[in-house]
Amino acid sequence: MLSKRIIPCLDIKNGRTVKGINFLDLRDAGDPVELAKFYSENGADELVFLDISATEERRKTLADLVLKVAETINIPFTVGGGISSVEDVEILLNNGADKVSVNSSAVKNPQLINELASRFGSQCIVVAIDAKQIDGNWKVHLVGGKVPTELDLFDWAKEVERRGAGEILFTSMDHDGTKNGFANEALAKLSTDLNIPIIASGGAGTMQHFTDTFIEGKADAALAASVFHFKEITISDLKNELLIQGIPMRLMNDERRMTNDEKIN
Amino acid sequence: MENTPPLGVGGLVIINYGAGNIQSIKFALKRLGVEAILTDNETEIRNADKVIFPGVGEASSAMQKLKASGLDKVIPTLKQPVLGICLGMQLLCNSSEEGNTKGLGVFDVDVIRYSNEVKVPQIGWNQIQNLKSGLFKNVSENEFMYLVHSYYAPLCEGTIASSEYGIQYSSALQKGNFYGVQFHPEKSSTAGEQILKNFLNLKSKI
Repeated sequence: MLSKRIIPCLDIKNGRTVKGINFLDLRDAGDPVELAKFYSENGADELVFLDISATEERRKTLADLVLKVAETINIPFTVGGGISSVEDVEILLNNGADKVSVNSSAVKNPQLINELASRFGSQCIVVAIDAKQIDGNWKVHLVGGKVPTELDLFDWAKEVERRGAGEILFTSMDHDGTKNGFANEALAKLSTDLNIPIIASGGAGTMQHFTDTFIEGKADAALAASVFHFKEITISDLKNELLIQGIPMRLMNDERRMTNDEKIN
Repeated sequence: MENTPPLGVGGLVIINYGAGNIQSIKFALKRLGVEAILTDNETEIRNADKVIFPGVGEASSAMQKLKASGLDKVIPTLKQPVLGICLGMQLLCNSSEEGNTKGLGVFDVDVIRYSNEVKVPQIGWNQIQNLKSGLFKNVSENEFMYLVHSYYAPLCEGTIASSEYGIQYSSALQKGNFYGVQFHPEKSSTAGEQILKNFLNLKSKI
């Protein structure tokens, strides 16, 4: 049975993690590679790196980081933030990213989704959508949720699916940072209206919130940052609890060790 | 793992035919202590101890690339253990509904698209069951593997692992020295690494 996915998100600025330096027992928690390794060994199903740098060297710094992450971890990861061209995507995928996410650039130039999907395949194209409710209607926002658009969340989501997106990462700006739970009603509508996987983002505070977003929100995956970074919730506790709630989850098998007779020869 | 000796002459080859990201496989093998050679050269491929046939992307355009380089004639006649991964596995089948293309015809099964009863693509970790090959030595029944795909090989005679996504399908195939896995062992944590190790430990007959 396909499991639901738990995805820690790492915000990256100039090649370093932004939030949460004084947590986890890491030598250098500002090092995204070390943090990625920690999560991959502790049950994360996937990782998302969101680059928020604004410098001119950002492309090269990010490409270098992606290469180091790909060398180190054995689970899939997505890279997003400021990606606006086929060339950007090509560099990141060639350096070992499994998927890329596009956001504002897709709103400004929707044809980009078609180009990316036909060139690289839908399976590696995630469209991230930030939205919040204005007068009861979900409106897409740009630039990390700061700039409102006229686009309706559900119309835009259907359009990106039609254009070839393989997955949608939906962040509710109304819920993000509140720790009051995910936007389950909107998530359930997205999941029902569309036939591609939906990643829930924004609002994780408790284990119950994850249960709710998988059951009520019908989400295929749930993304969170600070609850994991500050060890308020560990991934293994969360997954055990979700399993008890009847949600399919992958647990790590710690017992697997290579014996002498099967060494490569 | 730290003291793994290098492979013998011929080594491990990853077929490089311009279809998708092969960096991940190269890195996964490196973590196991094995340096793979990326090549599209027939002699290097034929002389290898083991061959990995990767692939991410669209089936018909990948077949075009194989034909353009003549690899479509080379791959089905290889004698050493060959592991097709994801699209690589699908291309080893008779045909694919994706772009209505013929395949390399090693596995006697036709690859078809998932119905819209399920979300397409299937993305994430699914369990593998009914494990029937040395490829799965020390891998438990119901172990999770990472997959991302819209097309699948139905159950058939060559099925050596199955998974469920709306229907039961082949998550791994084998015929003689040819192995194929729909999932990405290079992205499937320690369980995936175990499968790569098992492949590397298969006896090569060349």
